[in-house]
Amino acid sequence: MTRLSGGLIDRSRSLTFTFDGKTYQGHAGDTLASALLANDVRLMGRSFKYHRPRGVIASGSEEPNALVELRGGAWQEPNTRATVAELFDGLAARSQNKVGSLGFDLLAVNDLLSPFFSAGFYYKTFMWPRAFWEKLYEPAIRRAAGLGSLTHEPDPDAYDAGFLHCDLLVIGGGAAGLTAALTAARAGAQVILADEDFRLGGRLLAESAPLDRPATDWIAGIEAEFAGLPNLRVMRRTTVWGAFDHGIYGAVERVSDHLASPGKRVRQTLWRITTKRAILASGATERHIPFADNDRPGVMLSGAMRAYANRWAVSPAKRVAIFTNNDDGHRTARDLLAKGVEIAAVIDPRPAASGAGYRTIQGHVTGTKGRLGLSRIEVTANGRSEWIDCGALGVSGGWNPNIQIASHHRGRPVWHDGLQAFVAGPGGPVGLIPAGATSGQSSTAQALVSGAKAAQAALADLGITATLPDLPQAEDQALNLKPLWHVPGKSRAWVDFQNDVTVKDIKLAYQENMRPVEHLKRWTTLGMATDQGKTSNVTGLAVMAELTGQSIQSTGTTIFRPPYTPVALSVLGGGDTGTHFRPRRLTPTHDWASRQGAVFVEVGQWMRAQYFPRAGETTWRQTVDREVLATRTGVGICDVTTLGKIDVQGADAGEFLDRVYCNAMKSLKVGMVRYGLMLREDGFAWDDGTCARLAETQYVVTTTTANAGTIYRHLEFCRQCLWPELDVQLISTTDAWAQLSVAGPNARKLLQRVVDGFDLSNESFPFMACANLTVCGGLRARLFRISFSGELAYEIAVPARYGNALIERLIDIGADLGATPYGTETLGVLRIEKGHAAGNELNGQTTAQMLGMGRMVSTKKDSIGAVLSRREGLVAERRVLVGLQPVDASQPVVAGSHLFAEGAAQDTASDQGWITSACYSPHVGSAIGLGYLDNGDAQLGEQIVAANPLQAQQVVLRVVSPHFVDPEGGRVRD
Amino acid sequence: MRYSGFRVIKEALTGHKGWKPIWRNPEPQPAYDYVIVGGGGHGLATAYYLATTFRQARIAVLEKGWLGSGNIGRNTTIIRSNYLLPGNEPFYEFSMKLWENLEQEFNFNAMVSQRGILNLIHTDAQRDAYRRRGNAMILAGADAELLDREQVRAMYPWLNFDNARFPIKGGLVQRRAGTARHDGVAWGYARGADLAGVDLIQNCEVTGFRIENGTLKGVETSRGYIGAKKVGVAVAGSSGRVMAQAGMRLPIESHVLQAFVSEGLKPFIDGVITFGAGHFYVSQSDKGGLVFGGDIDGYNSYAQRGNMAVIEDVAQGGMALMPAIGRARLLRIWGGIMDMSMDGSPIIDRTPIQGLYLNAGWCYGGFKATPASGYAFAHLLATDRPHDTARAYRLDRFERGYPIDEKGMGATPNLH
Amino acid sequence: MLIPHPLLGLRDAEEFTYLGDASLLDRPDPHAPDAAQQFYEYQHLRDNPAGIHRELWFHEQGDRSWLIVTRNTLTHEILGAELARDAKGAKA
Repeated sequence: MTRLSGGLIDRSRSLTFTFDGKTYQGHAGDTLASALLANDVRLMGRSFKYHRPRGVIASGSEEPNALVELRGGAWQEPNTRATVAELFDGLAARSQNKVGSLGFDLLAVNDLLSPFFSAGFYYKTFMWPRAFWEKLYEPAIRRAAGLGSLTHEPDPDAYDAGFLHCDLLVIGGGAAGLTAALTAARAGAQVILADEDFRLGGRLLAESAPLDRPATDWIAGIEAEFAGLPNLRVMRRTTVWGAFDHGIYGAVERVSDHLASPGKRVRQTLWRITTKRAILASGATERHIPFADNDRPGVMLSGAMRAYANRWAVSPAKRVAIFTNNDDGHRTARDLLAKGVEIAAVIDPRPAASGAGYRTIQGHVTGTKGRLGLSRIEVTANGRSEWIDCGALGVSGGWNPNIQIASHHRGRPVWHDGLQAFVAGPGGPVGLIPAGATSGQSSTAQALVSGAKAAQAALADLGITATLPDLPQAEDQALNLKPLWHVPGKSRAWVDFQNDVTVKDIKLAYQENMRPVEHLKRWTTLGMATDQGKTSNVTGLAVMAELTGQSIQSTGTTIFRPPYTPVALSVLGGGDTGTHFRPRRLTPTHDWASRQGAVFVEVGQWMRAQYFPRAGETTWRQTVDREVLATRTGVGICDVTTLGKIDVQGADAGEFLDRVYCNAMKSLKVGMVRYGLMLREDGFAWDDGTCARLAETQYVVTTTTANAGTIYRHLEFCRQCLWPELDVQLISTTDAWAQLSVAGPNARKLLQRVVDGFDLSNESFPFMACANLTVCGGLRARLFRISFSGELAYEIAVPARYGNALIERLIDIGADLGATPYGTETLGVLRIEKGHAAGNELNGQTTAQMLGMGRMVSTKKDSIGAVLSRREGLVAERRVLVGLQPVDASQPVVAGSHLFAEGAAQDTASDQGWITSACYSPHVGSAIGLGYLDNGDAQLGEQIVAANPLQAQQVVLRVVSPHFVDPEGGRVRD
Repeated sequence: MRYSGFRVIKEALTGHKGWKPIWRNPEPQPAYDYVIVGGGGHGLATAYYLATTFRQARIAVLEKGWLGSGNIGRNTTIIRSNYLLPGNEPFYEFSMKLWENLEQEFNFNAMVSQRGILNLIHTDAQRDAYRRRGNAMILAGADAELLDREQVRAMYPWLNFDNARFPIKGGLVQRRAGTARHDGVAWGYARGADLAGVDLIQNCEVTGFRIENGTLKGVETSRGYIGAKKVGVAVAGSSGRVMAQAGMRLPIESHVLQAFVSEGLKPFIDGVITFGAGHFYVSQSDKGGLVFGGDIDGYNSYAQRGNMAVIEDVAQGGMALMPAIGRARLLRIWGGIMDMSMDGSPIIDRTPIQGLYLNAGWCYGGFKATPASGYAFAHLLATDRPHDTARAYRLDRFERGYPIDEKGMGATPNLH
Repeated sequence: MLIPHPLLGLRDAEEFTYLGDASLLDRPDPHAPDAAQQFYEYQHLRDNPAGIHRELWFHEQGDRSWLIVTRNTLTHEILGAELARDAKGAKA
């Protein structure tokens, strides 16, 4: 073990973990990456394209190399960054993207072939012979590509989603974030402080002496004060991953990822945080410097090396070197030296840079050795090269502020000459204030002040006065950076480690005229790795800028998109999976139907009884045939509550309905019902239903189940937006009333037994009558004499909570009349037999004319859709609804078949229509169907062919009236 | 320069010194016979077919930003010809046939991969509708297969068949459908057009049309006036903005569609799956990312970004259908501007202004149409007659009452 | 997004259903001699501005008001919201 002194690990708690099956020990406070380094493991992964051996380069969420598969079985989690995986006892991780072992990856052959795998090479080859792409090349590419693997097991963990509201959201709990949260919380504002780490402090935890007192003491003091502030919510392990409109931020809290098992807790929670102001205190990410073979395990960011030493008490090697173009690299050398790590040399191209206690070379690193881990570096100074032994190299090319969230609204970052980096520019999310590094403040002292001031300014906007807290003295050094974007050379120098994009690739993109920054990115895949270019974009841009001779600012930037760091799809779903995916609406007779053994079916959000099987029935068809015949010969009962019901009331209710239905409604007499058809304003048929006039100023309108919400919205649009002058009020009562259809020759007899002294005779309550009444001894009810089946039928509505009781009563007292419950299947058969249009016919593409209702569109009055229904194309429509019956009664009728003249070619041009709905009709004794057919009226009695090439079916059908049952309509009027 | 495996090997052995610029950066000429506004997929394809198949010359493509920066630069790469209506299906099948020979034709590997598309069925009514559609596809010369639940299970046994809010009852498959590398398509057409003499002019924004007596004379641009005999506008997403400069209002609204890609994964999903009941569709790229999406956000927007409601909705759909993806991570969300038309179908037509032609209204389905759209628009520009498969895409179809409304949602763009 | 409902204050846009351009309030006179042309334009043609847009939102999961929201389609900034029936009434 290469543990150093100090650090923020708990040495009293040892944790056992495995990597690639080998067992190791670490401590509480470790990440997987720090614990592996402590166990002298430098090789942690393989690169995407060349399968080069890779070690960890960073200590935070930007890590592009050290990606592992964490946990096992259904819990397997690919591409987990070892740098953010908190160590827990029993953690099991495996390396990924390899064939064979991590040390001997067969796909490393790609590295030998790398001269052929230049930027964009795959666009230029693999084209011949044509079939080889899909059969040979592409499968091979797909197997080699990808990173970690996902099992096909369902994610077994639980997730949650929640909403939070505050005055100020502070993103990042480092120096700037802490002073921002402190300032705002002391002033009494509602504050949320979110930090992705499991410990507050950010870079303060990674430095040896950033403050005039131990940083952990200062942080502990603040945390103690935080604990006593009820207006502040501190969210550790919480990544703010996206900025959305109007102060809404997406965040993910990793509730139990740091535990061996979540137990009864959720794994993660998705938060939607709505805030009046936000402070972006997300710090900065160090960038490396491309030089020859700069990707070996052991080469890492200098600041990460320092973080590992100071926070986790590990060094990747006993003897290390530093390559830096700024003073920060020297800080790493000093800190490691103080911890007893040998500093082989600090290589710094700046003139006269030196530090005490180690060798400084004014030159460049120009090469490395070590197949699976760094062993030597080549240093070139003044034209002379030497090889220096070292097990690790810390590289610092400067720091790029983490401005991703500031550019989520497509605001362009601005180049900061002093820092040689992009900082947050204008056009960021409204109310988001950058602080610390994102605002160009690079030292600890600047960060502390800028956080507090940003909070003060944010609260001042909200009318809250905040005072600046006393701040400790802090490090306040400039970086003194001299830009160095890459070390020229002939060997490959990596810019994007994960995707294996080298300086050569960028040069080739330049040579091939793929120069705009988006072309560069897409041609080379620069910045398209799992870090979204955090460790590579600016460097790559700078190399391109050098080639074109333009400034970096004018070369441009690609746009950062959410999420800031990758987010598990499970938590974005918030746990609403399986049957909880969408709400489930149950009808008022659901419990009763369940007790009868009904089979249910999803109808939009509703669960409806599909059919009611009885003992001895072996197929659903047997059940449905029985239900149909029972209805046609006795009486059937069906829950039709799901149909939309809208109460329309007011002095102008009739006028209003006249304008929304294509047919007249104002003239409807009180106590009567009329069928109504609504058009869309574009003239096509939209929805149908019944309109009942219960009183002079009260109508009850029904809609189809599917359109219940849409039609209500539309009617409110008409009422509020088109004709606010009308005295009319609307309310949806779909859920308020349980409505049952009672259909069949015995329907009147049955209902007579439940109504309270109400005369149901044909004379006093004829077809299409309606009334308010009471049933079962005082229960208020509505009764409509309407029929969807062609039988004598009623629909009876009672308050929803009586639905179960009413259907139970009706079935009970109607036993001698053959009272039979039926479900949606029988409902479908009954309506097809009667030729009533439903969703398959009213599919939004049909006209009133096609439905045979062209003459219903009144020309005497205006109504929604009337004008545009007279457009040429709608008037010229020749397809009409017909009935269809097989010439050979044993043949099937299949919905979705297309209709052709007998002997005609079967192609798009000869297509005459299609079958919309079909079923077996026990009444007819064969399959039947409804369909739209060109000039269908004129083809009555003719034979046509129903072609279903999808299932190799051809059936000869006869065109008949769509009314298979009682075409004269006598039964409904009986 | 011809691309080939042999050339790749030769260049690799000689240090890649010989690769030539993939296209030129020409200065705009004072005038052209044809100016195509928009260097996205459709614009580039139009120029390519004008210069090659239709043997026209003096052609320029004017692009406001960089070539391929239209919606071809940000989509979910699906190609398919599984439409229902006779106005659409033959066109998309024509496009599919062009895809099948595209790469050999323009000598660029656009990674056309016929991995198949599966549309899941959850209700009997949906099965009826898909049967009608599948038959319409076959009648138009395309391929389609109707699968039952067990056949779907054989393809993707790990979908959520039993614990689903909307149980899977079957599927409609088009095996010739699949994916293509979107940028590769743009670059293939661009390079092909450049080789055929088309001037591809980047960073050249059209700021106005010069129209005299109802006849177009040329375009004002950020790089000066450019005369043109015919101008074809192919700027989906910005059609309203650009055509407003010619004084036209369009039957189009601009909406934002978000799309999603996960971190790279080893092969997980072979083909394309759509889950209509859950507003979710997914495929896996050759690089390993799951590429997925759902509904548009639903409000007019030119902001190229969306909001959390749809992100959560899409993730819920994905988790409901395939809870195994839960442990994968979302890497990147982006938003594109869609030309949402009043019937969900596109427009390829002349305009009332002589010499000005319009290609627009692709909703979120323009990528798959790229070859046929370019071909049909080039046909219209070169011959002044619509291509046979694009006859229905007239601008006046709304006025005359011939909408091509696949979903039956009427003139409500955000519902198509 | 958050919509400033004139009666209920800031409400999440998810509670609303979007329709489109507020010009849909101006249903043409069906009896005008050029009603067919006017209705075609009313129903199909849009200004579709990149910038300030007056648009209709229905508070479906709320008080069922139709609102006219003034919103910038480039930035999504909301400049105001009013009840559609008030706006219509003021016009009448």
